[in-house]
Amino acid sequence: MLDFDDIQHILLTRAPALNGRYVFVSFRDAEGGRAWLSTLLETVHSARAMRESVARDRRWVTLAFTWNGLRALGVDEASLATFPDEFKQGMVARAEILGDTGENHPEHWVDGTASPELHAIVILFARDAEERARCVAQHDELLARHESVRVLSTLDLEATPPFDYAHDHFGYRDRLSQPVIEGSGDVPTPGSGGFIKAGEFILGYPDESGPGPALPQPEILSRNGTFMAYRRLEEHVGRFRSFLREHGQTPEEQELVAAKLMGRWRSGAPLVLAPERDDPALGADPQRNNDFGYKEQDPHGYAVPLGTHIRRMNPRDTAANMSRRRMIRRGATYGPPLPEGAPDDGVERGIAAFVICASLIRQFEFAQSVWVNDKNFHELGNERDPIIGNQDGTLEYKIPKRPIRKKITGLPAFTSVRGGAYFFLPGLRALRWLAALGRAPS
Amino acid sequence: MSNTSKKPDWSKPAAMALPKGGYFPNRVEQGRYGPIFPKTPANYGFTIIAKIIPGREPAFYEYAQRIEKAVADAPDCLAVLKLHYLRWVLFPIKGETYFMYQGIFDTDFDKYTEDAVAIFTSTGLRTVFENLEGFPEDWQTNPAAFARFVREHQCPSFLEYGEYPFVSADEIKKALALKASFSTMLDQMQ
Repeated sequence: MLDFDDIQHILLTRAPALNGRYVFVSFRDAEGGRAWLSTLLETVHSARAMRESVARDRRWVTLAFTWNGLRALGVDEASLATFPDEFKQGMVARAEILGDTGENHPEHWVDGTASPELHAIVILFARDAEERARCVAQHDELLARHESVRVLSTLDLEATPPFDYAHDHFGYRDRLSQPVIEGSGDVPTPGSGGFIKAGEFILGYPDESGPGPALPQPEILSRNGTFMAYRRLEEHVGRFRSFLREHGQTPEEQELVAAKLMGRWRSGAPLVLAPERDDPALGADPQRNNDFGYKEQDPHGYAVPLGTHIRRMNPRDTAANMSRRRMIRRGATYGPPLPEGAPDDGVERGIAAFVICASLIRQFEFAQSVWVNDKNFHELGNERDPIIGNQDGTLEYKIPKRPIRKKITGLPAFTSVRGGAYFFLPGLRALRWLAALGRAPS
Repeated sequence: MSNTSKKPDWSKPAAMALPKGGYFPNRVEQGRYGPIFPKTPANYGFTIIAKIIPGREPAFYEYAQRIEKAVADAPDCLAVLKLHYLRWVLFPIKGETYFMYQGIFDTDFDKYTEDAVAIFTSTGLRTVFENLEGFPEDWQTNPAAFARFVREHQCPSFLEYGEYPFVSADEIKKALALKASFSTMLDQMQ
């Protein structure tokens, strides 16, 4: 049975938000950090509270900490040592493994997340900009009372119009394929792969291989918590649209090029089920838009090229042990939309997302190194993920086609990493435990 | 990440001398569980040498029978490891028995460490390692400990040779399938 009263809402639910803000903070001293936390934790919804009040609530708050942040709050060295190595090292130290090299290297990150002084993140999702402004003002008041909590940076999230479905700045429909945790009460859509054991996403539960690994100590800190990889990905919309124009003569051809990079039409319709032309009704239908495989339906990639984003991020029936590699994705777009036909304005826009999993090394880092950035994924020889892979202009992209495949050389980078970090997302009891550290037991 | 973008000529046999320790100091690639041994004309590989727990030899011969059956029953049970060959050897040093496990494959071992652990559990490959001195008791839930044991007992090559360098098992299988298709085509042309 999942402890819905203890698990932070973001793990199990998605807030119906159009706006948001991420606040990255650093603690100058433990006492001040804990005082700030004591107040702020009262605003954090558990999964149960979120579900019960989602219709009337207008904002949702999540709190998470880096390993340095746990230390800064006063967690002792013996406990800190029990956390997994990759979390202790942090995303910056793992840059080469993640493919964060060249233009994506942490030295180019813009938001202070590469700093060892990054201690915590406050994630605010709000129904609208007005509610966000109210919450920001309230948090600013709290910060004014706690000078030892310093804001390293903030990022405002804005849904991209039209608002009737979630999509990124490139126009791709998002949130189509999410794993469903056994016991969560949710039901997987057809093709989404069945229920996954809770231990794959939440610490303290059996996972797909058995009882689960040893918990970081003390258990009150780790149980019902999990790990979270943050990625701020700039989307180069102007470059992306130029590429489509370069490789497609007509709007229809350009749509097909976009689909051949993603594996889905921008409407969300999967190429496996709609190989020739777009089918927006299919794209919008959750009962059908994820119901496909590759092994039998498209083994050679004639519909979905072998190196597409969706084939790399979820190889479905063409990879072993898929249930051990699933991840929960949350997040939102940031920056203003670039109007169709407008030249690139140099303003940063993109996706700021969280990948939530019980093991960063086995789930997130595996996906980054073996699926996203392995040049030889599916024996492709010289490719990386065309959407989020590390592209330096020297790689290619192959689109299988009879009689002869199309090969694009010198694929440009459509995205760049602009920030990132590993966080621990504690349960609510753990948040209270952290806030009370150093206080004499009553 | 593997750097496999280079396309060496498979028709030209090649040898590669490797520095002591197995890594080229100025280009060590980092994997999730530590540094990755370089790809050579004989692709990736490992040579694990470890002392067996005294008196456990029979377990190794039982294990051989079990693996033969596991592969016969499910020929693709090891597919994820992208193997060419595996060799298992027992040999004595000063009256004590040692075990050598040598594999040649197409991916760096780091990539599929967790999958290897899963295969060890599901196929019974596990039993042989459990008869080695120092093998971590919690290996099933601790891939890092498993990877550490493998790394600590890895004896890197100082020289490797490939008659058809850098060619993957998948490429060889594709070439053989193509050859078979051509034979069929020629038969149909008669």
